[in-house]
Amino acid sequence: MSTHSVTAGNPAAVLHHFDTAEQQRDAATLGMWLFLITEVMFFGGFFTAYICYRHYYYDAFVAASHTLNIPLGAFNTAVLICSSLTMAMAVHSAQLGQRKKIVTYLLLTMLLGATFLGVKTIEYADKFEHHHVPGPNFSFPGVENAQLFFSLYFGMTGLHAAHMVVGIGVMIPMLLAAMKGKYTSDYYTPVENFGLYWHFVDIVWIFLFPLLYLLGGHLTPGGGAHH
Amino acid sequence: MSAQNGSGETHHIVPVKAYLGVFAFLMVMTVVTVVVSWVDLGIFNTLVAMLIAVAKAIAVVMIFMHVRWANKLARLFVAGGFFWLLLLFVLVMMDYFQRATLGF
Repeated sequence: MSTHSVTAGNPAAVLHHFDTAEQQRDAATLGMWLFLITEVMFFGGFFTAYICYRHYYYDAFVAASHTLNIPLGAFNTAVLICSSLTMAMAVHSAQLGQRKKIVTYLLLTMLLGATFLGVKTIEYADKFEHHHVPGPNFSFPGVENAQLFFSLYFGMTGLHAAHMVVGIGVMIPMLLAAMKGKYTSDYYTPVENFGLYWHFVDIVWIFLFPLLYLLGGHLTPGGGAHH
Repeated sequence: MSAQNGSGETHHIVPVKAYLGVFAFLMVMTVVTVVVSWVDLGIFNTLVAMLIAVAKAIAVVMIFMHVRWANKLARLFVAGGFFWLLLLFVLVMMDYFQRATLGF
């Protein structure tokens, strides 16, 4: 085992403050998870606001939720699950040192991410058209406090979409590096840690979809009696 | 299943079958959660939807994010993070849901 190797510029080399390559890898994983936990708490604030307002204005939330497009939301859920699979396969290919497959799977992940954002754009445009965007032009006749739901809808899905835009941005230099053969079975930490980020974004959507789109699906719009 | 790399240490390589299994599970549960949302379960609709979402999240965290094979320290961090999130939800709910019954 070649600990403390001093091959400058070799990303697989063990840095002097680590005893082994395994310790170095474990530290990178732990650091990434620490970052993701701050992200969990970041989104957690939004979810907490959702819990409280939904409790107080349940009927308004159900009526507002009924205007969301469930087929598009479900389609996007499937797209994100596919992108999580391709991302997992990109990491898998990196572990096996299969350069071409890393590139292919990263490209597929980017494509699926872009598809998700494209569908989201269609949904947002529809909300603008129907004056369901919070602000001076907001209109939802007959239901008070529906604006609260749409504020949370845009806040939560917007923050989620922003994370996807960042993710696709991060994948561009990663894709170029993969093409140049930077990632080998000895060194693929960036691919692995980015994979953690991408899966985290998928998990956020796993909760957003039922909470925003499927809320009170068994009730008629505006006539909800259950709490 | 593990592989040797050039530095001599071992690290886990998850078989593709496991990834495909999680993928199938996530897809099926997405369909289930949509269909179940149309069935009137009274107060249990939200509970069922959240149980499905939590099951999906656990599958992603354990298999896609490799936590099942992570060391104890990393697992403690992950569990601690989600425990803290739970504290945030439960304590806030205890406060705000009680206020409604007190007439605030």
